Amino acid sequence: MKALPSRRRFLGGVLLGTASAAVGAAALLDAPVATAADHQPGAGAGTRPMHGGGHNGATFRAGGTVDHAANGFNPSDLLRDFDYGRVTTTPQGRTLREWEVVATDRDVEVAPGVRFPAWTFNSRIPGPTLRCTQGDLLRVRFVNGSAHPHTMHFHGIHTAEMDGVPMVGRGVISPGESFTYTFDAEPFGLHLYHCHVGPLAEHIARGMYGTFIIDPPKPRPAADELVMVMHGYNTTFDGQGNQLYAVNGIPFHYVHEPVRVRRGELVRIYLVNITEYDPINSFHLHGNFFDYYPTGTRLEPAEFTDTVVQAQGQRGICEIRFPHPGRFMFHAHKSEFADLGWMGFFEVTD
Amino acid sequence: MTADHGVDAGLTRFDTTGPAPEGLAAATPRWAERFPLWALASAATVTIAAVLGALALLAGSSLPDRNGPAIEQVAVERTVLRPGLIVLTVRNSGPDPVQIAQVSVNDVFVDVDGGRAQIGRLGTATLALDYPWQTGQPYLVSMLTSTGAVLDHVIPVAVTTPASSRQVLGLMALLGIYVGVIPVLLGMLVLPVLRRAGPTVVQVLLALTVGLLAFLALDGGIAALQLGGRSGGAFGGPALVVLGAGLAFLALTLVDRILRGSRQRAKARGAQGLQLSLMVSVGIGLHNLGEGLAIGSAYAVGELALGAFLVVGFALHNTTEGIAIVAPLTDGRASRLQLAGLGLLAGGPAVVGTMVGAVVINAELSALLIGVGVGAITQVIVQIAPALRARSGQLLHPASIGGISAGVLIMYFTGLLVTV
Repeated sequence: MKALPSRRRFLGGVLLGTASAAVGAAALLDAPVATAADHQPGAGAGTRPMHGGGHNGATFRAGGTVDHAANGFNPSDLLRDFDYGRVTTTPQGRTLREWEVVATDRDVEVAPGVRFPAWTFNSRIPGPTLRCTQGDLLRVRFVNGSAHPHTMHFHGIHTAEMDGVPMVGRGVISPGESFTYTFDAEPFGLHLYHCHVGPLAEHIARGMYGTFIIDPPKPRPAADELVMVMHGYNTTFDGQGNQLYAVNGIPFHYVHEPVRVRRGELVRIYLVNITEYDPINSFHLHGNFFDYYPTGTRLEPAEFTDTVVQAQGQRGICEIRFPHPGRFMFHAHKSEFADLGWMGFFEVTD
Repeated sequence: MTADHGVDAGLTRFDTTGPAPEGLAAATPRWAERFPLWALASAATVTIAAVLGALALLAGSSLPDRNGPAIEQVAVERTVLRPGLIVLTVRNSGPDPVQIAQVSVNDVFVDVDGGRAQIGRLGTATLALDYPWQTGQPYLVSMLTSTGAVLDHVIPVAVTTPASSRQVLGLMALLGIYVGVIPVLLGMLVLPVLRRAGPTVVQVLLALTVGLLAFLALDGGIAALQLGGRSGGAFGGPALVVLGAGLAFLALTLVDRILRGSRQRAKARGAQGLQLSLMVSVGIGLHNLGEGLAIGSAYAVGELALGAFLVVGFALHNTTEGIAIVAPLTDGRASRLQLAGLGLLAGGPAVVGTMVGAVVINAELSALLIGVGVGAITQVIVQIAPALRARSGQLLHPASIGGISAGVLIMYFTGLLVTV
């Protein structure tokens, strides 16, 4: 948009010393409701108890939220929104799941007052969470309603023709065209799908990604299941990094609307990293530990931890039982991302 | 002899019957001569207005809008740092409206008070950022606009902005007296010595003055252009410096013409002594105003090391300005009151400058005022220059060259003592 000194270059040179400012967000834990701190200069407007500001940590302008209705999706709803498709049985007795996914161009209010010209799957960021069971036959009809060429590239095991990349099989799906990707659901685990048209980073970063879950033949134990997709918005389109970071579409959303879970109940988080331009993202949960299943392809946890790091395209399943009630923060432990929007709260109740 | 007369007559004839007057006459068509001037002028004005109006209406519909996205630009005109708070005054310096949706400081989104509304072209807004900044650290303020563009503003070193309290103003006034008034008056003390000296010495001193002033003009011009360029301002930045300098030059020239008109034509010296001193004082005064502004704003952003070194440095630098003021007075008369007035006129603006500079930090305004000083000094050089002429009529002769060079070098080396 404008020739400006690169933020990253500038920060790299001189701002290491200010990293300590980032941890101020943690102070929110001690002040879940409005306190005397709100009346100190620089302690935030105090109009909303869950707004940060000053020493209480990063926040958007106090009192402002995005228009979820106009956006057409709300991150609180996306958490537990699993799309199992239209289910039928083939003559051979296999489960057939069919979806229709439409690519659209639309302006999304990604932060209060900031419009982002997004490219989306089914008009939401992230796209729909497609869920099936290992061995199912899957048919995903992709309709390109966008003004740009796109594909759907699934992670998983499938034939080359169904890989959803340019120059192989059907290749690029032009505007107005459609194509049905047909493949078997394997292996079980937590996967993702995204557009694979060049320039690749931009097609992904514009919002074209979603979660793809293949359940094991014997289902995992019953749990309160949540999807969390970590991503960013490079609103300047300079390809140098992101101006905003979020889980499930809107930065800071779960600060205002904490994720509600029950004490002692098994909570399963399908955690996916599709952040572009930054090599890694991370997930850190306060006051609790979780079992971590990288890529979800094994039924035994690889780690018992409170922090995991994922590179671009990596994903894994976190299983937790919250022993204590109250508000517990979760955020990228890449604190810069947390301060730029990737933070939220669990609200644990009895 | 007759031949010579013939040539002269021929030239005269040629001059009066040259093609130019005929050409001018031919440019005015016969029909136009029938109308009075006022009617022609109104007709021309109406026609221009009508065509411009039609263009304004038609151009919008016949030409497409700009191809690209909105051009969003703001200039931060003022940065005030208070404990836990960064207050920016921004002006929309671009062609399109700007709406600052969110703001981050060093990659941390912050609560922002003010500036929610769209800022129109040349409009301003004040953004109060709730951020616990630390003294001495650099900060990058990134304003995220409604379109997702990022407008950056660098605070090189964070220091609490002095409130415009009486105490600060008093301190700045004292500083202005130290670096402006006292040195100039000190420099003027050499007048009795100059009066005893011969005309050659005086001429060298005048040349020295020209050298001093030339250096100040150049130095001020460079500083002002840098300041104006850095500001990224809405009002032209560097162009403002040229504007200020040009208008100041013309204004002082006009003042000079009016003053001269009431007297006899100046003698060989080029101007009456006291009048020339007055012009030098005004020029140096305007320069010192700019210098004071620079000192005051450097103090306000915490870049100025106050202390003996600064004061002594400026005193040495500015004492020479006092010599410049009295140099034209060596064979004129001036009362003590007049001398004091000249000194205050030259040094006093430094006091105003430091006080204003410490309170109102505006790069573009400073650039404009320093530009005014440059123009004023240039005009003064033009005033003094005729006095440098030797009897032979040469402007550059050994005495003037030596004096000018010495003046430039003195200013250069005393200037090294101070950095603002």
